[in-house]
Amino acid sequence: MIFLRLFIAFLEVGAFAFGGGYAALPLIERVIVDRYGWLTLKEMTDVVSISQITPGPIALNAATFVGTRMAGIPGAVVASAATVLPQTVLLLILGYFFFRGKRSSVIERACGSLRPGVTGLIGAAAISIFFSSVFVSTAPIALDPVALAAFAVIFLLRLKRINIISLVMLGAGVGLLGGLAEQLAGL
Amino acid sequence: MSLWKYFIKIFKISMLTFGGGYTIVPLIREEFVRRESLLSDDEMLSLIALSQTVPGPIAVSTALLTGYRLKGRPGAVVGVAAAALPPLITISVLYTFYAWFAENFWVRAALRGMGGAVSAVMLIAVYDLAKASLKKHRIFSAVLMVSAFLTSLLASVNTGLIVLILGLLGIIAFKFVPEDRMP
Repeated sequence: MIFLRLFIAFLEVGAFAFGGGYAALPLIERVIVDRYGWLTLKEMTDVVSISQITPGPIALNAATFVGTRMAGIPGAVVASAATVLPQTVLLLILGYFFFRGKRSSVIERACGSLRPGVTGLIGAAAISIFFSSVFVSTAPIALDPVALAAFAVIFLLRLKRINIISLVMLGAGVGLLGGLAEQLAGL
Repeated sequence: MSLWKYFIKIFKISMLTFGGGYTIVPLIREEFVRRESLLSDDEMLSLIALSQTVPGPIAVSTALLTGYRLKGRPGAVVGVAAAALPPLITISVLYTFYAWFAENFWVRAALRGMGGAVSAVMLIAVYDLAKASLKKHRIFSAVLMVSAFLTSLLASVNTGLIVLILGLLGIIAFKFVPEDRMP
């Protein structure tokens, strides 16, 4: 029964994908391409590239894609639910201890070092995103003028605390204008 | 904030987090720390740290924990649904013509601009968060922040492992050096 197999496969993806972002990719590939053969490697690459242009984490995008292919929209719902089930259960349990009135001193002490540490991790992610979007290649150095223009404009506007959602939309606008300029210049 | 309003906010945020991962952080901070003042920066960083201790997409975990913190267990469940629905809807709609969509010049152009925009927003958010997390124990915090940054950027160590080590370091360090005497 396909729904059960989808559920089990994506339960495994959800339960073992630590680290977020593309860290989940090898696991998804092993389960979906190697074990079940639901996608070819080429299709998997397509899912990654469509993931970059659509909202949401790669694991959920893959779940929806594979689910839709195997069993239509109900398949997509089953695969997505299975993906988020492990973290939902674990965090509901952890959250119970974390949010109840009196905080244990162990959690307090761990948070004291996790807060600056996690800031460092977010910083590393920000730098990676900056390099992968603004640089076409790093050796030799080649910049994407369109992404760079959007970066500069949005950076200045964000310093004035303009709303992020409007700024991301504006970034898309700058990208389209840049694309138009490239077409006109015959690049 | 009502459950429904929380759902709508997270749904909107999830619609705009391209590429997943930490890109949800500046949006959560803008909505719940800056605009609504429902969370402090410290609390938000604790929630993100906690969300790293379990498997699964970070954006979903962060939405769950923010919901839990603001509205209890119903808020947590609403957070998961609101974070998971946008990718579910978008991909199932795009499914039939994804190849065209993924290679379309104009879609690509818009995305290049959005990539630049998201980088700018992320870098500014990191600067703000670094200021907030260096308020206490300046030296201790700076050492951990820089080490985590470099390890994650330069070594291919799993983030979950880095978080585990950071947590243990804090538990041990604050056991031997009291909170008010940590440099």
